[in-house]
Amino acid sequence: MAEYITHEHDVVIIGAGGAGLRAAVEASAAGARVAVITKSLLGKAHTVMAEGGVAAAMGNVDDRDSWRVHFADTMRGGQYLNNWRMAELHAKEAPDRVRELEAWGALFDRTSDGRILQRNFGGHRYPRLAHVGDRTGLEMIRTLQDHGIHLGLDVFMEYTIVKLLTHGDRIAGAFGYDRERGRFHLFRGKAVVLATGGIGRAYKITSNSWEYSGDGHALAYHAGASLVDMEFVQFHPTGMIWPPSVRGILVTEGVRGEGGVLRNRNNERFMFKDIPPLYVNQTADSEEEGWRYTQGDKNARRPPELLTRDHVARCIRTEVREGRGSPHGGVFLDIAWTKEKLPNAAEHIKKKLPSMYHQFKQLADIDITQEPMEVGPTTHYMMGGVRVNADSQMSEVPGLFAAGECAAGLHGANRLGGNSLSDLLVFGQRAGEYAAGFAKENSLGAIDTQELASAEKWALRAFEHNGSENPYGVQHKLQDTMQDLVGIVRQEQEMQQALERIRELRTASDAVGVDGNREYNSGWHTALDLYNLLTVSEIVTRAALERKESRGAHFRDDFPAKDDQAGKFNIVARKGPNGEVQLTREPIPPMREDLQRTIEEMK
Amino acid sequence: MATATFRIWRGEKGQGKFQDYTTEVSTGMVVLDAVHQIQAEHAGDLAVRWNCKAGKCGSCSAEINGMPKLMCMTRLNSLPLDQPVTVEPMKAFPHMRDLVTDVSWNYKVKQRIPKFQPRKPDAEDGTWRIAPEDVERVQEFRKCIECYLCQDVCHVLRDHQMHEQFIGPRFLVFAAALEMHPLDVGDRVEELRKQFGIGLCNITKCCTKVCPEGITITDNAIIPLKELVVDRYFDPLSKLFRVFSHTKA
Ligand SMILES: Cc1cc2nc3c(=O)[nH]c(=O)nc-3n(C[C@H](O)[C@H](O)[C@H](O)COP(=O)(O)OP(=O)(O)OC[C@H]3O[C@@H](n4cnc5c(N)ncnc54)[C@H](O)[C@@H]3O)c2cc1C
Ligand code: SF4
Ligand code: SF4
Ligand code: FES
Repeated sequence: MAEYITHEHDVVIIGAGGAGLRAAVEASAAGARVAVITKSLLGKAHTVMAEGGVAAAMGNVDDRDSWRVHFADTMRGGQYLNNWRMAELHAKEAPDRVRELEAWGALFDRTSDGRILQRNFGGHRYPRLAHVGDRTGLEMIRTLQDHGIHLGLDVFMEYTIVKLLTHGDRIAGAFGYDRERGRFHLFRGKAVVLATGGIGRAYKITSNSWEYSGDGHALAYHAGASLVDMEFVQFHPTGMIWPPSVRGILVTEGVRGEGGVLRNRNNERFMFKDIPPLYVNQTADSEEEGWRYTQGDKNARRPPELLTRDHVARCIRTEVREGRGSPHGGVFLDIAWTKEKLPNAAEHIKKKLPSMYHQFKQLADIDITQEPMEVGPTTHYMMGGVRVNADSQMSEVPGLFAAGECAAGLHGANRLGGNSLSDLLVFGQRAGEYAAGFAKENSLGAIDTQELASAEKWALRAFEHNGSENPYGVQHKLQDTMQDLVGIVRQEQEMQQALERIRELRTASDAVGVDGNREYNSGWHTALDLYNLLTVSEIVTRAALERKESRGAHFRDDFPAKDDQAGKFNIVARKGPNGEVQLTREPIPPMREDLQRTIEEMK
Repeated sequence: MATATFRIWRGEKGQGKFQDYTTEVSTGMVVLDAVHQIQAEHAGDLAVRWNCKAGKCGSCSAEINGMPKLMCMTRLNSLPLDQPVTVEPMKAFPHMRDLVTDVSWNYKVKQRIPKFQPRKPDAEDGTWRIAPEDVERVQEFRKCIECYLCQDVCHVLRDHQMHEQFIGPRFLVFAAALEMHPLDVGDRVEELRKQFGIGLCNITKCCTKVCPEGITITDNAIIPLKELVVDRYFDPLSKLFRVFSHTKA
């Protein structure tokens, strides 16, 4: 085994976003020796891009808020497919997790009496998102990073894990390469935590970076863990659409939270036309009432622009389809109109949404304080992921944990904005605690050298092919396939076609060749990522075929209605004995009675 | 469709040369788009860092036509396209490959700066009350995306290579964010003077000019820190005052 550089730790954490760092802080506080591995540099993970805020029922702005309301909102948003125990823990623990960040140096925007300010967001009944302008994620990741660097963590920057190693049925470590030199490394760990984020790179139009190739999902799946809710991919309603090169870049929901409205080319507030029954009681009747809500009037109900993301995204798609879209195939998002209401609107917008202001100014030559933006749906977030125990975050593979976007359960069929940053904190903390606990009770698992040798051979095969297929080309084809055939609106035939293409692309990916050597070779990295992207794309498609109804983020043209029977199970994917995807429908365990009552009371 | 030529630095560990690539350009493109296109069409192994493509992560720093910039925020229509656009790696750090440099020194520097130390919580429940104005005062520094463009342009690091003696503008901003944090009771003044080399900055303001986040590095962070140092070490009256006062600047 001498060929591989070997590292030994109690807990190996794959991912240095909010979830990974929070887990690292916790595991290290519990006395574990911790490795943190990240594909990028420290502080560059997706978490840094989060804008709007972190949801926690602190009740600083509206004291009617409580964990119960947050719990009920999360379940309603997830259309009751959520793991209710996770939703409960999340709602209860998020406030402490946010306050603790302040003790580590985070500085949130304040209320006039000096407490943490909270803002409105889609699907949240009361103002609940702690935030720092529109750069909340930056504040969060920097706080965790700057706290973490003093804890003696071993951080491996620009390392990519390509395989998880098991011993018997339990986890033994992880195998990967460093980008700089292309050398292989073996990470032995008593426990391993996946915190790798999402899968957005499987789609063409996305707010996600190159890192989101579904690595954690695929690694866990191939190591024998189950994935759940994989049909639920969130399309955020407002991505930039013009100019073409910025297509997909996110426009935070905070714009709507601050009073921004959606209009079609006829200047109509089309969101008033279609309000789902679950939300009728909570939605404003008039534009005036909606405005008052955004300005903090406690008696007003939320404007329909702040309905859940799945619904808003589909309404936008309908407007465009029916010919009422904006010039570049989206709709208008207008915050400039608030100048009719506020004397200092332009200043207010720049203060509340500074990075949106700059983003549009610099990338699209648009001054959002003066003109409307053009927006359309963009692939944003993966609700599905590794199936974990709600309390410990351990997967079905003993010693393998998962937290953050790559884990599933909290969000069900649709995630509420702001519930991801809180998810990272709550379940990152839990994963760190339980992983450290597991490491105390277990020793290092043995490593199978054969397995390493074959993993290495597999990883290097692209260098042996003489450029028959271009890795970027295959990736683009896959992105087109998922975008066109397994997107916001789905149907049987198209998805069958997608499976066919995925099969072809898998063959193509086996023939991908790369030039150059192993040092910082982007082509090689793209070739390796393809394997994970194809794995998750296939599972997303199969799960979406299996769910023959429309619910949350999953909408079927051929089954446009919600089906009560289908609301009783989650779809779980496992790797079968012959490497095939096996799907099962697993009943959702009955909800504890007190939680049921809570939901009834909040209706 | 129109095309443009990009003169990109290719090579390893400081050895290398410029290579020209011509590619199609369209409305709204930024330099990073062109680099990606070139990667996909002509140079699969071209090394480049990026993540967010929206000026939020600070990964894609490079020198474009000689100016330190984020590739993802530099629109092609801001550059003369009748001549080749040069794209090179940052110069103040060791070169790795193509457009990628070894910025690990920055992470080591940060670790040396004494960490955040909050005062005792104000409320029973362990929380603090902070006036909105007090938060606002330091928010500017906290916008930093750690792109290290300011480090790249600072002559103390770039030309004089005094990485041992000087922490550079990014970390002076970081120190200022801590020193002016409304809850922090730590003290970094001695380190600033002795180990962090604040005296080496001669206020050329080049760092402020390149900061993509528009942080007024020199005037708002470095000069006040210099004043703190001067007050402490060269002004006996304020030294006396400090003994009796627990509030900090
Ligand atoms: C533009 C944008 C805005 C958002 N705004 C909000 C918001 O306002 N509120 C909210 O709640 N949520 C928001 N989200 C969602 C939220 O930011 C993400 O879901 C969340 O940050 C994910 O965190 P994470 O810790 O799970 O993963 P990440 O922060 O993405 O970290 C993943 C880490 O895993 C590493 N990694 C991945 N694969 C490997 C591998 N094979 N080997 C080694 N390392 C690997 C990566 O390098 C990275 O360090 C937003 C998302 C985007 C894209
Ligand atoms: S002002 Fe000081 S820190 Fe900034 S570039 Fe000039 S010498 Fe360097
Ligand atoms: S201070 Fe500005 S230039 Fe320097 S690292 Fe931060 S964002 Fe970049
Ligand atoms: S890619 Fe994030 S700043 Fe350019």
